[in-house]
Amino acid sequence: MDHETTLTKTAAEQADSVERTRSGRCYRPNVDILEQADELLVLADMPGAKGETIDVKFEDGTLEIRAEVAPRQGDEHGYLLREYGVGDYYRSFRISETIAASKISAECADGVLTLHLPKTEAAKPRKIVVSAT
Amino acid sequence: MVFGYRNPRLPFYQLRDEMDRLWSGVFGPADGLRPATFRNQPAANVWERDDALLVEMEVPGVKSDQVDISVVGDELSVKVTRPEVAENVIAYHRRERPTGSFTRVLRLPLDVDANRVGAELHDGVLTITLPKAEAAKPRKIAVTCA
Repeated sequence: MDHETTLTKTAAEQADSVERTRSGRCYRPNVDILEQADELLVLADMPGAKGETIDVKFEDGTLEIRAEVAPRQGDEHGYLLREYGVGDYYRSFRISETIAASKISAECADGVLTLHLPKTEAAKPRKIVVSAT
Repeated sequence: MVFGYRNPRLPFYQLRDEMDRLWSGVFGPADGLRPATFRNQPAANVWERDDALLVEMEVPGVKSDQVDISVVGDELSVKVTRPEVAENVIAYHRRERPTGSFTRVLRLPLDVDANRVGAELHDGVLTITLPKAEAAKPRKIAVTCA
């Protein structure tokens, strides 16, 4: 199957189990998880979310990212084209124990949340020097 | 009759809805709106005001110099380039965010004043305001009683 589709937003799979005190939809942000030498980087696409409205929680090995997005589009004359909706974001991950939870840091720019998850000392790749005898 | 009325809570209907959602997510947007198939284009919402057309696209991770907007006649074309952010990557555990350049061309349903088109980019949301050409604005016509 060829990948000729417009990028679509997926609804958060746990949207029903997430306690929703706000009305509106909840979406699952696209995420890149990449591993560098001494940390894991999690990049989440959350357009429309600003630093203050993003909530990152790490508890018991589970990392949760949540963002509140205010509705932007008034219904002035109705839509001519509507390919995506505007709503909150939620996603959660299980993080293994090789992450130093106390040193997790996050920053947000242009609607992309970057999470730095530093690895514990034991998990960093270590070069072992081979000495010739 | 086993299914007396359409109670959506019956497990059969829940299963049917789940399967529908699964399939519709594969072939098109789960919301039901199906645009023509384009290759990895950012999704757009277009709505109309009295004096302008508004086009909004979600383009996270893009700075304003990486967006190219042009209006030619009744076509709006938006080109967005999203660079790769990270270097020194050992491995990707998840890769869902598209990178590269994407172009979207939208056919506008009415004439716009190309000289006054404006665009703003905030938090990854691009909003393009296309003021309608004078001829396209709604005009109230007074009815005189003879």
